[in-house]
Amino acid sequence: MNNIKQKNDKKQKNLVISFYKSFKSFGASLPVLLGVVLLLGLFRENVSPQLISSIFRGDFFRDVILGSVFGSISAGNPITSYIIGAELLKEGVSLFAVTAFLVAWVTVGIIQLPAEAAILGKQFALKRNLISFVLSMLVSLATVTAWMMIR
Amino acid sequence: MKNKTEKQKEKRGWNNLYFLGLVIILYLFIFCFNFENAYNSLEASGDILVKLIPVLFLVVFLMGFLNYFLKPKAISKYLGKGSGARGWGLSVLAGIISHGPIYAWYPLLKELRKQGMRQGLAAVFLYNRAIKIPLLPVMIHYFGLAFAVILLAFTVIASLIEGKIIEMLEN
Repeated sequence: MNNIKQKNDKKQKNLVISFYKSFKSFGASLPVLLGVVLLLGLFRENVSPQLISSIFRGDFFRDVILGSVFGSISAGNPITSYIIGAELLKEGVSLFAVTAFLVAWVTVGIIQLPAEAAILGKQFALKRNLISFVLSMLVSLATVTAWMMIR
Repeated sequence: MKNKTEKQKEKRGWNNLYFLGLVIILYLFIFCFNFENAYNSLEASGDILVKLIPVLFLVVFLMGFLNYFLKPKAISKYLGKGSGARGWGLSVLAGIISHGPIYAWYPLLKELRKQGMRQGLAAVFLYNRAIKIPLLPVMIHYFGLAFAVILLAFTVIASLIEGKIIEMLEN
């Protein structure tokens, strides 16, 4: 009987310690997350879809690279990227550039980079974002080519 | 005397505060020159924060849960060096079903990495956060079903390529 009570007490203690550790670890990351949220607020207020669409000029390779660059520095709900992407298509921007923009929007995070570097390590964050940037263009080329072949 | 790990932890803690401090200084600067812009940005940040809070609670809960139930041995079995195809599959799936902003998941990944998760699998998880199942109907509405399906397939493939490259660079 005493043994069971001791075991239960130990389990409870372990549970409390586990959650305390998770709170502590999370608390250490909180200032960076707050900094990212404040930067996102600035971005949302100052970068409009019109500003992004005014940058594309019709040169295939340049537009694909620009799509990835602007997707990388943009942030927010992916729905916003779909709406901007659809507007860009209406204005004659190539689907390759728009797809690169959509992919980079969700896979590369320049605004979140300081938080990623602080929490997961500088090397990892830089490598991951750089590879994701290159992949956004390759995914765009592969997706649109396959889509055109199916059509 | 503080050992090396403690010093590193302390340094990282200060780095985290420096970043927040820089952003606050940037806000103060904008407040001085364009009050309305800074105020609206702050309001937008508040809006983002309110939407973020439920996800943060979920992440803290998951971290506590993982700390209690999953021991480093289990983590390395499922997500560690010998995890094989199962580890890659689990990371893809976890990335797809996790929701909320990507940065909310950094602390959880840090915890998992401390317990033996492979770097490549962390990258795979983060890349697959690009796939948002609840937003699929919106993507289909704007770009069509075929485009959405092809893009998702290539996203998963790209995530695995990224994971492999990260691991190759690590070795």
